Amino acid sequence: MNEAATPFQRFFRILVTVGPGGLWLFLFVLLPSLLVLLASFMTRGPYGELTGPLGLHNYLRLLESPYLQAFAQSLWVGVWATLISVLLGYPLAFYIARHPRRDLLLLLLLIPFFTNFLIRIYAWLVLLQKEGVVNAFLQAFGLGPFALYPSFAAVLLATVYTFLPFFVLPVYASVEHTDWQLLEAAYDLGARPFKAFFHAILPQTYPGLFAGSALVFIPAMGTFVVADLLGAGRVVLIGNLIQQQFGISRDWAFGGALSIFLMGFVLLALYLYARAQGERGFRELV
Amino acid sequence: MKRLLSLHALLVYLFLYLPILVIVALSFNEGRRGVRFTGFTLDWYRALFQDPRVLEYFLNTLIVAFTSTLVATVLGTLLALGLVRYRFPGKGFLRYLLYIPVVVPDVVLGVSLLLLFAFARELLGFPRLSLLTVILGHITFQVAFVTLVVRSRLLLLDPGLEEAARDLGARGLQTFLHVTLPLAWPGVAAGALLALTLSLDDFVVTFFTAGPGATTLPLYIYSSVKLGISPKVHALSTLIVGLSAFFLALGYALSRRRI
Repeated sequence: MNEAATPFQRFFRILVTVGPGGLWLFLFVLLPSLLVLLASFMTRGPYGELTGPLGLHNYLRLLESPYLQAFAQSLWVGVWATLISVLLGYPLAFYIARHPRRDLLLLLLLIPFFTNFLIRIYAWLVLLQKEGVVNAFLQAFGLGPFALYPSFAAVLLATVYTFLPFFVLPVYASVEHTDWQLLEAAYDLGARPFKAFFHAILPQTYPGLFAGSALVFIPAMGTFVVADLLGAGRVVLIGNLIQQQFGISRDWAFGGALSIFLMGFVLLALYLYARAQGERGFRELV
Repeated sequence: MKRLLSLHALLVYLFLYLPILVIVALSFNEGRRGVRFTGFTLDWYRALFQDPRVLEYFLNTLIVAFTSTLVATVLGTLLALGLVRYRFPGKGFLRYLLYIPVVVPDVVLGVSLLLLFAFARELLGFPRLSLLTVILGHITFQVAFVTLVVRSRLLLLDPGLEEAARDLGARGLQTFLHVTLPLAWPGVAAGALLALTLSLDDFVVTFFTAGPGATTLPLYIYSSVKLGISPKVHALSTLIVGLSAFFLALGYALSRRRI
């Protein structure tokens, strides 16, 4: 498009625009990832330093039962959080998109979303504590008080609470672009409401469903903060294991292997999911 | 059906707001523990404001947020422009690299940066974990988000406008400053706002890249929560909720006026 530009000018323009950002990504994304990969083949020394011998021993350790269990639990949190988000968020996205004051409803959705992540988790700690609101409510019916956390349910509840808006926003964007005439066409052709929705509306919202599910599933299974605060040792996810290795255990080699595994799993899951969605899924992804 | 949908929406909004409202109410409660409202007090706010550390953490948070947003917005805008306008070797790879901070869980980004800084310290003697390393970490995920937001805006623009500017004799930099940048401005502003929000909200990357003396508000909240529930954190949370609601509502009011 720059017919007038000489090759030198073109080179200079690319250098000025792409250069700084590209260098940044190289130094702070690519290089650290390669260092993690390198560390994952190394061994923890007596003082927690990284030394030889090199090998696959850290990856073999992933197959031991406590680590497999943490992986299963992460997957479980991710899947459940995504399913609950669909149940809560999918109808909500339709409600907002069809509402005359939808900008106001979106604003109301965004306020908790823009509130600091830790405060949102902290709020559940307060609600679920022994003298908390939930127990006070249950006691009014003569139940409890229960120790509601640390528990898997508490982790799941706070995870859904934290990431729900990530799900609603992309679905809302899809619903807004939905062609409702297809629904009328389906009715005219004699389809019953459920079937009409299933064939005429649902497929149109697939891009939003795809993006929203990925945006809930990935952070839900990757986070360590929610499980740390509301699982308090009872719920241990991959993220918690990684944090331990880089914190108190100071085994960076094993932590590296866990990180590479988590990163690989997420990228693979996204790739497969996008492929299942076909051409459109790929365009959403890249 | 319609009433069912309304009821569902009402319940979801209740689910979103109940926890926040409880915190706000408790921040004015005299009782230290429990949910029984024993009397109205501003003591927790007083204790918060009299704590000089909280002011320091607040300033640290702002320094990190504004510095990183400024750098990331410049880098991301230029990168988006280069990606949209030019072909060059390695472009496809760069696009993949851009998605890594967006899709990979932030704990992985955090530990990889920790490892990078440790290696650099071993080889070069710097950087010490400090506010600087936190800023470097924030810029890293912000650049990716800013680039994606600005790029989607640039893709909507008509390249004919730039050609017209050049036909009229504008040079490269003039075209950029007087044609491209003003047209891309909404994307740049949205990208910067997103970057600022992400920085203010970030806990995980900060957690792994901060050293002593580099405490931010999210780190402070985390360490106090680890020690147990405290009414001072209720008060701090209420202030933060109030501020974010205020700025969002302001943005909403301004965007309505423009239309």
